[in-house]
Amino acid sequence: MSHEHGKGMSIIVKTITRFTVGLIFLYGIYIVLHGHVSPGGGFAGGVIIALSFVHLMLAYGKEAALKKLSKRATSILESTGAMLFLLIALLGFTGGYFFLNFINKGEPFKLFSAGIIPLCNIAIALKVGAGLFAIFVALVLLDLDSEKKE
Amino acid sequence: MIELYILLIFMIIGAIIAIQVKDLLSSVVAVGAVGLGLSIVFLILKAPDVAITQLVVEILALIILIRATLKKDLPFSPTGRWFLNTLIAIVFVGTFLTVACKAITDLPQFGYPAMRVAKIYLEKGLPMTGATNLVSSVILDFRAYDTLGEATVLFTAVIGVLTLVRKVGRKKEGKTIKEEDE
Repeated sequence: MSHEHGKGMSIIVKTITRFTVGLIFLYGIYIVLHGHVSPGGGFAGGVIIALSFVHLMLAYGKEAALKKLSKRATSILESTGAMLFLLIALLGFTGGYFFLNFINKGEPFKLFSAGIIPLCNIAIALKVGAGLFAIFVALVLLDLDSEKKE
Repeated sequence: MIELYILLIFMIIGAIIAIQVKDLLSSVVAVGAVGLGLSIVFLILKAPDVAITQLVVEILALIILIRATLKKDLPFSPTGRWFLNTLIAIVFVGTFLTVACKAITDLPQFGYPAMRVAKIYLEKGLPMTGATNLVSSVILDFRAYDTLGEATVLFTAVIGVLTLVRKVGRKKEGKTIKEEDE
């Protein structure tokens, strides 16, 4: 990424970001997937995933981050998360009522257990992560706009 | 128990600094210190879920606040209707403290739950949902309807922000002035 040195922060920040941003993203996914086993869950994991993209944007400038996750993809992901959560809730009607835990419970302390709870966590994480990143992108773009006018 | 009071005093001092300091960036940093203190309080009270969420949201809010406020000269006027403002503040704080003194004596002791519903969740949470994280089983199984409402609130907030600060569809400044002239 040597051609992008003009934008964003200094080379020290960029190098450290290159090492850490993937780890932060992975940690967010871990928090989401293990939300039903250990502390965490969809909301916190989603915010961590959004923070990894914010990290990328702060260090490398907005073009680099928007190339990884464009504004259009963000809005599609957010709507997908919301619809997925509602779909899981509505699928409960196959067995009786809204938000019925219709999948087999499985063994405790295993990754694939607790029925619909991991699926709900993934849906909420998509929604929260994409939504908060969209808010950040909107505020950053607005900021740049007002600077240009002045 | 003593560490809770130390953190509480730390948070109060941070909040006072955040209000009193003139520099905007220092104020935002002081607010962040208050939030980090609150997340440590949640950890001491054995609520790691809330602590993780508080810490992470605090960092995101701090970044957004710094990005949104650092480069702008926000109008800051210490003069004005200070007498009326101070009077209203004193009256409200006095009313709040008087009512709170009455109400807090009726609350249960610190550490005892106010509602007895939690006992059923603690006993039957694992066999009924299969989730070992009880917080997760409550917010996504027993009380999933509330979580749906919370998700809807966030969805609406995102739509509101994107609608207010979007680029597409906004009129240029020259155009609006022209229309006002006509």
